[in-house]
Amino acid sequence: MSSFGFPLRSPRTREERPAWEEPPTKIGSAAKAVVITVTCAVMILPFLTVLSTSLASREEITEAGGFVLFPTDPTLEAYRTILSGGIVSRAVVVSVLITLVGTALSLLTTIALAYGLSKRGVPGSKPILLMVLFTLLFVPGMVPMYVVVKELGLLDSYWSLILPVMINAFNLVVLRAFFMNIPEELYQAARIDGAGDWRILTRIVLPLSKGVVAVVGLFYAVTYWNAFFNAMLYLNDSGKWPIQLVLRTYVVQGKSISGDQLGVSHMPPQQSISMAVVMIALVPILLLFPFLQKYFTKGVLTGAIKG
Amino acid sequence: MTSPATQRRPRAASPPPPVSDPKAPNPPRHRRVPLRVRLRNNWVMLALMAPGLLFFLFFFYVPMLGNVIAFQDYQPFIGFKDSPLVGLANFQELFADPAFWEAVRNTLAFAALQLIFFFPAPLALALLINSLVSPRIKKFVQSVVYLPHFISWVLVVALFQQVLGGAGLFSNYLRDHGMSALDVMTDPDTFSLLITGQVIWKDIGWGMIIYLAALASVDQSLYESAAVDGAGRWRRMWHVTLPAVRGVTIMLLVLRLGDVLSVGFEQFLLQRDAVGARASEVLDTYIYYHGVVYGDWGVGAAAGLVKGVVGALMIYGANKVAHAFGEHGVYSK
Repeated sequence: MSSFGFPLRSPRTREERPAWEEPPTKIGSAAKAVVITVTCAVMILPFLTVLSTSLASREEITEAGGFVLFPTDPTLEAYRTILSGGIVSRAVVVSVLITLVGTALSLLTTIALAYGLSKRGVPGSKPILLMVLFTLLFVPGMVPMYVVVKELGLLDSYWSLILPVMINAFNLVVLRAFFMNIPEELYQAARIDGAGDWRILTRIVLPLSKGVVAVVGLFYAVTYWNAFFNAMLYLNDSGKWPIQLVLRTYVVQGKSISGDQLGVSHMPPQQSISMAVVMIALVPILLLFPFLQKYFTKGVLTGAIKG
Repeated sequence: MTSPATQRRPRAASPPPPVSDPKAPNPPRHRRVPLRVRLRNNWVMLALMAPGLLFFLFFFYVPMLGNVIAFQDYQPFIGFKDSPLVGLANFQELFADPAFWEAVRNTLAFAALQLIFFFPAPLALALLINSLVSPRIKKFVQSVVYLPHFISWVLVVALFQQVLGGAGLFSNYLRDHGMSALDVMTDPDTFSLLITGQVIWKDIGWGMIIYLAALASVDQSLYESAAVDGAGRWRRMWHVTLPAVRGVTIMLLVLRLGDVLSVGFEQFLLQRDAVGARASEVLDTYIYYHGVVYGDWGVGAAAGLVKGVVGALMIYGANKVAHAFGEHGVYSK
């Protein structure tokens, strides 16, 4: 772990410093090491606190007065309690379903529109593209949006969490830029071989753009999982709440969850329950994160340069 | 529509454009393809585009028209087709409301704080990470700082509460060591700093990506020749590194200025109860509480329209300024 410029690294792991570069000063290296260590600690510490408290037993929490950094005998009781049924489990199921259905719909419609806009000579594609780009500049506003969702009869329906945010114009622009970058010869060759638009999409375009489609899909999935305000705006029935709203009510606003709401008689301490809820909201993101990391730098940059 | 020589049989639709430059103007047309034929040849494409088009119509352009509510006395029961028009009464009411001006003032204050403290942070961190030698440490630090971007604001606020709140880790520690507890999360006076801190914590890594990419594309021989010419560490940074990220920085600054009226909405909504409306009311929360919660639809829509128009003008103006400085800005005309 000591590659902040000190000469105590094993020579195998270090990348050679160019010959013309002056050797680092002791103070400079130390300062860098401190800044980086502190930054990483500030980023990771909150997650660790929450994780360990959610695993701590009742005695430990009482003794520590609320927080445990190193649980001596970790227990999964809090997780068992909230996942055994009741309000949290239902919210997890709702969020997972909305994320899956929403991501699938978003990807299908975004890919289809981006592909249509990437081909030249399609009648009407220029005005449609301008229509899409205009949405990047202006927001319609919360009140008209609410009124439209209401008049479409989507209030209190799960569709209100999917349809109004189905296509993200930025993702669409990224995909279209990628499709337009596929060499024209490929399209031509396929056309000469008698392939139509549909076959070109399924056999040529999609296999070539697996990476960027994965990025866009992951972005959509994270957005759906994290959606909070739209659910608050469009769902009045607390039985339909997704996980983020449960998190807000029972953790951020600090309402306590009763045994009845979870359908259990014996309750672990409130503190570990709420920490477990936080962890549950976090786990899917942590699972997706390695994939996100692998791809998203590319995705973001395509959009930034081409956009 | 032309058919270049590479293609044996001319086809009606889909003229292959020159590959090198997708933005090139259409080559001169020899033969107009009638619209009927183009529609027939592209029916698959048109069918594929239909759902997306419907989405933009229903959830962008219809709500845009719905902004007519701003000029109506909107009654939810009769819908906005039949609600009576009231001209500019809603705007008069809005501009006469001191709470609205307070929200505007708060919004601008938070935006200014973020511009001063948050905007340079990712660039600074990118420069620091870029100066590290070991690729493994670079990777590790990047992974750590990217993570918070992907968690929801609800989670961010929950985590901050657990660490900095009155019953949180930090206060516990202070109490255990005989000091008085400190509750940063409910103190209206330090709220603006807390908000800025949260934004930095959440998005410093995300903001860094684009800078790192710009830095990675710098030609290393520039550094070498600068060093040979006797430029020291700082001179090299000033003359080689910083010019490499200038374009990106200006582009991001333009975007930031265009977004000056939308400081993180969920972030404020979630913490409004804790610190009170006076300290945390921004334009978006004002619109939500007045328009949706208290049912003052017309005024809420008017405020939203003001915000949208000013935001679009800001982006346009900031871009003009960027072009004047000879940079690309967000879009180049």
